Amino acid sequence: MIVAEQKPLNEIKAMLEGCNKVLAVGCGTCVAVCFAGGRQEVGLLSASLRMSTDIDGAAVDIDETIVQRQCEKEYNAPLEAELEQYDAILSLGCGVGVQSLAQQFPGKRILPALNTKFMGYPAEHGIWEDRCQGCGNCVLHLTGGVCPVSRCPKSLFNGPCGGSQGGICEVDQETECAWNVICENQLRLGLFDEMMEIHPAKDWSSARDGGHRRIVREDVRIPDEEKA
Amino acid sequence: MNTMNFPAFTMPDNSAALPIAERCDSHLARVLAAGEFAVTGELGPPKGHDPEEVRSKARLLLDCVDAANVTDNQAAVVRMSSIAAGQIMMAEGVEPIIQMTCRDRNRLAMQADLLGAYALGIRNLLCLSGDHQSCGNHPGAKNVHDIDSMQFLRMMKEMRDENKFQCGEEIPGGGPRFLIGGAANPFADPAEWRPYRLAKKAIAGADFVQTQLVYDMERFREYMKRVVDMGVAEQLKIIVGVGPLKSAGMAKFMRDRIPGMTVPDAIIDRMAGTVADIDTENKPERNAAWKAEGIRICIEQIQEIREIEGVAGVHIMAIEWEEAVHPIAEAAGLLPRPIIEA
Repeated sequence: MIVAEQKPLNEIKAMLEGCNKVLAVGCGTCVAVCFAGGRQEVGLLSASLRMSTDIDGAAVDIDETIVQRQCEKEYNAPLEAELEQYDAILSLGCGVGVQSLAQQFPGKRILPALNTKFMGYPAEHGIWEDRCQGCGNCVLHLTGGVCPVSRCPKSLFNGPCGGSQGGICEVDQETECAWNVICENQLRLGLFDEMMEIHPAKDWSSARDGGHRRIVREDVRIPDEEKA
Repeated sequence: MNTMNFPAFTMPDNSAALPIAERCDSHLARVLAAGEFAVTGELGPPKGHDPEEVRSKARLLLDCVDAANVTDNQAAVVRMSSIAAGQIMMAEGVEPIIQMTCRDRNRLAMQADLLGAYALGIRNLLCLSGDHQSCGNHPGAKNVHDIDSMQFLRMMKEMRDENKFQCGEEIPGGGPRFLIGGAANPFADPAEWRPYRLAKKAIAGADFVQTQLVYDMERFREYMKRVVDMGVAEQLKIIVGVGPLKSAGMAKFMRDRIPGMTVPDAIIDRMAGTVADIDTENKPERNAAWKAEGIRICIEQIQEIREIEGVAGVHIMAIEWEEAVHPIAEAAGLLPRPIIEA
């Protein structure tokens, strides 16, 4: 899932400067599951902002709502009827959600309440870890099911490097050395030969380096004449 | 880590490869090819742009090393470019080994800068991943890591031996003929993996490696035995990192705080013991005693390392203490350095 976390309250407050009435919009999918932008978080953030702006003597009126999937316009469409009364929308969606609202409601300022972090895995309750950066060219079959692009701070392809100590990465004492795990997995699976291959330089053109990315699937597109 | 069971591995045949001195036109390569016990040093470029700082450090290394590394934004701290400093050094008569990291440049910038370095007369290259920027003075920087150190070695080998850019296009006039080096840490984990990683570096294209500082001789001997048994030492030259300790505190710091560094208690005790009879307030005398003992330990270690099968030389790292290199090399019987005609 997409993992996000809330921006600091003061940063959000600063974005609200000049607004009298704002609609906080949560999202019921990824960011709800990672406790960043679900119904409860929308309620808590809205209450905090109301209180805090009131103390500052410039109270902002904040209404709350949530859509099931902020990244899809069908789910956001019902918001349109209510928008006129608001100076801005405070989105508690991921970066895709924020941009969907901005694209769909071009006359309205959309403010991001979250920082979108990564496509991650809930390692335990309250801990999420980066697992995928969407590089567009998956190598997990060669790396024991562990992604070196997202999990090694240097995105090494031929590790573990000289900074691996006791299974821990030299960059961060809280981080497992991804290549140490890959090594263990490949040995267990009898695939150590893969470790000895010189993995060639990666073609990053499938990642964001290649330009703005877009997938076109003719087999699932709806012909223009049927769209109407 | 001990539960890992590594399969046997033998190096692929490379008998068709050119002898090391014919791969490139470097003095260090000729020293290694002649079977001389090589000595390399290290020069950290200044944080400013004063060429005199490079010159004065170079003069301390002149005639006591065959070549000296020039670090590339070491510890992710911005310093004078290794290529520029390398050229200043060359003018002082010290052959540079240019370090380059994968952290700061993509494959275009690496190849461009190395074509330029070669045009300036630089002949030795050390291919590194690079310390993470979070440990340096620009922690907010974006790192590159377009390719890793293994892919860097391979790219340089293909440029030199196949006259090809990384993309496969031909290099007009032929590729730069660098002596290609890498780094090796015999003490990182998984310990069993380390000889295999060294083997990979040789296969990828390294002509030589320089190791992390070695203080733990016992572990280093075990590592070298595996390396020799695998046939790796026949295919790449292993230059072993040594460095004089400046104090007992430095020894402890290296043991406890530097990832991948082991310093045996015996060495820490020896450093501590050397100032036992000196008043703790007498800082100058304590420092002098520590430095003298650090140099003595370093000399003894070089003599031990010289006897280990598969070792091709020592890399004396006297960081911000370049004055120590000459006395160490001299007392270890490494002077004068050989003069080999090109």
